Amino acid sequence: MSADSRAGSAILEPEPLLEKNPSLHAITEAICAPVELPVEKTPIGWIISFMMALGLLGVFGLSVGTLLYKGIGVWGNNQPVGWAWDITNFVWWIGIGHAGTLISAILFLFKQKWRTSINRFAEAMTIFAVVCALQFPILHTGRPWLAVYWLFPLPNQMSMWPNFRSPLMWDVFAVSTYGTVSLLFWYVGLIPDLATLRDRATSKLRQILYGVFAMGWRGSNRHWQHYEKAYLILAGLSTPLVLSVHSIVSFDFATSVLPGWHATIFPPYFVAGAVFSGFGLVMTLMVLAREFYGLKHLVTLRVLENMNKIMLVTGTMVGYAYGMEFFIAYYGGNPYELFTFKNRAFGPYWWAYWSMMTCNVISPQLFWFRAIRRSIPAMFVISIFVNIGMWFERFVIIVTSLHRDFIPSSWGYFRPTLFDIGIYLGTIGLFFTLFLLFLRFLPMIAISEIKGVSPYADPHAKHGHDHDHEHEKESH
Amino acid sequence: MSAVTHARGDAAAHAVEGKVFGMVGEFDTPHDILEAVKAVRAAGFTCIDTHTPFPIHGMDAAMGLRPSILPFMVLGGGLTGTASAFVMQWWMNAVDYPFRIAGKAFFSYQAYVPLCFELTVLLSAFTTVFGLFALCRLPRPYHALFTHPRFARVTDDAFMISIEATDPSWDEAKAREVLAKAGGKEITLIRDLEP
Repeated sequence: MSADSRAGSAILEPEPLLEKNPSLHAITEAICAPVELPVEKTPIGWIISFMMALGLLGVFGLSVGTLLYKGIGVWGNNQPVGWAWDITNFVWWIGIGHAGTLISAILFLFKQKWRTSINRFAEAMTIFAVVCALQFPILHTGRPWLAVYWLFPLPNQMSMWPNFRSPLMWDVFAVSTYGTVSLLFWYVGLIPDLATLRDRATSKLRQILYGVFAMGWRGSNRHWQHYEKAYLILAGLSTPLVLSVHSIVSFDFATSVLPGWHATIFPPYFVAGAVFSGFGLVMTLMVLAREFYGLKHLVTLRVLENMNKIMLVTGTMVGYAYGMEFFIAYYGGNPYELFTFKNRAFGPYWWAYWSMMTCNVISPQLFWFRAIRRSIPAMFVISIFVNIGMWFERFVIIVTSLHRDFIPSSWGYFRPTLFDIGIYLGTIGLFFTLFLLFLRFLPMIAISEIKGVSPYADPHAKHGHDHDHEHEKESH
Repeated sequence: MSAVTHARGDAAAHAVEGKVFGMVGEFDTPHDILEAVKAVRAAGFTCIDTHTPFPIHGMDAAMGLRPSILPFMVLGGGLTGTASAFVMQWWMNAVDYPFRIAGKAFFSYQAYVPLCFELTVLLSAFTTVFGLFALCRLPRPYHALFTHPRFARVTDDAFMISIEATDPSWDEAKAREVLAKAGGKEITLIRDLEP
């Protein structure tokens, strides 16, 4: 392990899944420390980041205010590009959320213990990403205060019900279910940790606030019994749910008859892309957070390397899908389909297509090399490339398929306006505002879960020290 | 922390007349507490509980707990979700106000599948979480154990066994002795705040 990733924690000596057997109390201390800092000791880095996030949130407020006042004409979308940045951003944000569910649910079912150091963090990201994603479908309706009649199963002024044969309606249910279930899963996971914060509280206010949300949790085994079952069930429910959400998002496109959208490969291709982009963002943020908060002994290089392997797999799947789409466009013999794909790669939006290809297909392939998989600067840069690439993927799918449709006289070229850009940057501000508040007030690592995978938790060993079943071969 | 726990400790001290809740003992490791629970049960106590920072493998069996009924509640919730989604879509689009779009049948049950799935998951998840709260009798802001000054440590690194006074074979001296014999430390009698 490189020297730079070993430095850091003053509280604990470093090491593997958990490095060097931190005691249970040391785990509690390390994770609670950033949450329990007094107000005047709030790290300056956090304050600066929070100010920047609030600044972007202000941009969001201004852009949305203008949008609501003037209408969606302030955006650049028009015929023939009726969907543009709004839906691109929606799909991008929803996709980012998928990594959180994959880590918390799917890796849980597969008993991947390394997930415990990143699951809380990634789940929080999921929820905030869904919040950002929801802004776009709601705002793109133009008059969101009426959207309740279009989104919920309520009859409109003509007593007509929403059309459930439309994938847009499925999407409403899929995304709202996803947001709700993610929140429930996250909260259930937080309860024992909120109790820890309650019991460590030094002020009455903290004790009451954490106490209310901890609901009187007292670590009783009669509770743990149901709790563990509930956690397993929620993981079991979230697994098909997360696969369904991006599948249904892809139906918004795939069930249309537009060349470039009408493809059976879309559901698996979208799900793989979602996981890919989500891991990208988890990686970007985790590399910063573990550095900043001195949690390298809990979020080890081994965990990061595993995440890079998942990015390699899903990135390769996405690359395969790009190739297969092109092949089918050629092999399918549909001239419109072939035109769309040629236009994607060599038409006026060639720059978007090749940005996507570079970021999504080439950059994850570097993770074949162990040195790159384990290099913090390399994974940080690649993870940012992945996020850029996945944004371009959605832009390419949506805009290039629309801008040159069947009749050349109606062709056009979409350009974003200031408000397109403002709302997009604004949601990034919204995301980071929520995320920084999370880092400040809630434990970013699941305390009770990480104790459960520490060697001390094994009831069959009298002392955890002589058990090294989690020990990783590290070259020190 | 100390200010808060002292406040609790004082409250407990003032309420010495409170009804006896039970006896609590502390153990060092998951291994110790697992063995101790077996000893406590062997001594005839049944109203027992353990309090630990994380779930301990094998504890349900050691305490003789029956499997959780939560999965059956969730099954009920999930089936309700499936059925209500199907009925809702059928009634709204095929019965109450049928309208033709893209030549699709009014009763397009194939198109109902995604919503049926989503509502199954949604209601299952709600049942799981609220079923969990119901089975655990949470939220519960006050519990006699919270008066124990050392109890705050169970969410950190302490492992405790409690024997409740409602136990049919409750006997203060016997409870103390059994916990001590099983290796318990800091054995404390816990009283409720009210008589």
